[in-house]
Amino acid sequence: MDRARTLLGHRHGGLGFLVLLIALLPLALPNRYFYDIAILIGLNAIVCVGLNLLIGFAGQISLGHAGFFGLGAYVSAVLSTKYGWPSTVSLVAAAALVGAIAFALGRPILRLKGHYLAMATLGLGIIIAVVISTEERLTGGPDGMTVAPLSVFGFALQGEAMWYWVVGGLMLATVWLAFNLIDSPLGRALRAIHGSEVAAEAMGVDIARAKLLIFVVSAILAALAGSLTAHYGGFITPGKVGFLHSIELVTMVVLGGLASTYGAVVGAAILTALPQLLTVFKDYESLVFGVVLMATMIFMPAGLVPTLARIMGRRR
Amino acid sequence: MAELLQFLFSGLTVGATYALVALGFVIIYNASGVINFAQGEFVMAGGMASAFLVAAGVALPLAVVIAVVAGVAIGVALEKFAIEPARRAPVVTLIIITIGASIAIRGLAQLLLGKQFHTVPPFTGDNPIVIGGATILPQALWVIGASIAVVIGLGAFFSRTRLGKAMLATANNRRAAQLVGINVRFILLLSFGLSALLGAVAGVLISPITLTSYDVGIMVGLKGFAAAMLGGLGNGIGAIVGGLMLGLAEALGAGYLSSAYKDLIAFVIILAVLVFMPGGLFGKASTERV
Repeated sequence: MDRARTLLGHRHGGLGFLVLLIALLPLALPNRYFYDIAILIGLNAIVCVGLNLLIGFAGQISLGHAGFFGLGAYVSAVLSTKYGWPSTVSLVAAAALVGAIAFALGRPILRLKGHYLAMATLGLGIIIAVVISTEERLTGGPDGMTVAPLSVFGFALQGEAMWYWVVGGLMLATVWLAFNLIDSPLGRALRAIHGSEVAAEAMGVDIARAKLLIFVVSAILAALAGSLTAHYGGFITPGKVGFLHSIELVTMVVLGGLASTYGAVVGAAILTALPQLLTVFKDYESLVFGVVLMATMIFMPAGLVPTLARIMGRRR
Repeated sequence: MAELLQFLFSGLTVGATYALVALGFVIIYNASGVINFAQGEFVMAGGMASAFLVAAGVALPLAVVIAVVAGVAIGVALEKFAIEPARRAPVVTLIIITIGASIAIRGLAQLLLGKQFHTVPPFTGDNPIVIGGATILPQALWVIGASIAVVIGLGAFFSRTRLGKAMLATANNRRAAQLVGINVRFILLLSFGLSALLGAVAGVLISPITLTSYDVGIMVGLKGFAAAMLGGLGNGIGAIVGGLMLGLAEALGAGYLSSAYKDLIAFVIILAVLVFMPGGLFGKASTERV
């Protein structure tokens, strides 16, 4: 158990491992295609680490985070591409707007529990998706829109190698933020809420405030990753906003292991890379994907990282 | 007036299918506590199977029966091979399993029948019937009539048969049901078969009007879920009322407000209801025990 804990659970050891992995990975990446996958993994990991704080630690399901991801992407894309805002400013503005929306809607929505919360977040996500794909004048509709590249103080961020380091750094910062949040009074309050809302409230936890805070944090992280994805790819379509993408994000978190920050990263890595690997199956791709997903959850109901950590602990 | 009547007809037709899908959600939820995200795929499977069989030259009535049986088989297989082995897993894991199943079923349909739209011929011709200046397709009458028949049959099943009562007992208290000798594992299997039956029937009925393709299950499933929520999850009557209300609201909204935003209406309604009435329209207030 101890070794597993130092490798996967312990804060500094684990973070050091992640730094090392990001630093050394380029040695193993043969070409731009693999860089591209690594960057997409990093971007998805940012969303998933945030989403895991909400679902895994606070126990509040969201089936609408692709809505925040997509809104961040499209607001930043429209502001920078159609209105000529500097891309860094539009990125921050998009994250702020999504944070404000999550703040305003979070309070009434987060009073709901379980399946009702799932329904409300799902509905919110779909509403955002339908609006984005219908407002063709601004967003290009179902065909998507091209997005201006990201430039920081006039310095254009281009090429996979440069994006790799930026996304890698941001992902590390997100993981670090998540660990600090989990160990903070807010993190303890969230775990108490996960255990029992009534008990947490009786202990003096302001449950509405704690849930709202983590909801806003996870929404902002999703929006940020969404904007970055749009600027990196240079193109965005409503597919990234819809219900299926929300489901994909939740699946990453659950597959990696709920309430495991590294689990969220691992889940993001696997589900981002898997479809690329499965392209060899061509027409069978989604069939195989669905079956792999089902089999993993049937045989490892707690998710990959917690299950592996347990097996490693048992072996010692 | 004729216009309003027209919208009401189409709303009731679509609403009837939402009601059947919503009932499917309720039956599985009551038996297991799981939201089955593959529910919409039963609708797709029913429609696609009947389209395929008719195209292969099978007579329509036979094709309809085989399609429904195929839908039920998928539901039973889903429970037997995916839910049953993971019975002790947390609910969120079970939900992800049903999502995996829906992806796999969609993938299979796409593999076998391609990405294009498929048609199913209407059961009894397509000469519209004129009522009060509005027209209604004979198929729409089939949808509404058959849905009513299914609901009545379901009501009789739950109130008249031992098996139906056993299902209600299990929904009410799983452990107590087990203690009086009810085979709750079989009940779970039955609930998946039954809700697959409802989905497949809905798919077979509506496909002649709306066409069908491998991905129609997603939206229908989500709206059925919203309808079940609207009625207060776990409440059968609520699910039917919720389904009809969403169908009517959608038809009226598309007719009078904006057809581009038709798919939005169901979700705006459910969000508003959940914010102001967190238990759904017919839900009871719940308390949490520590």
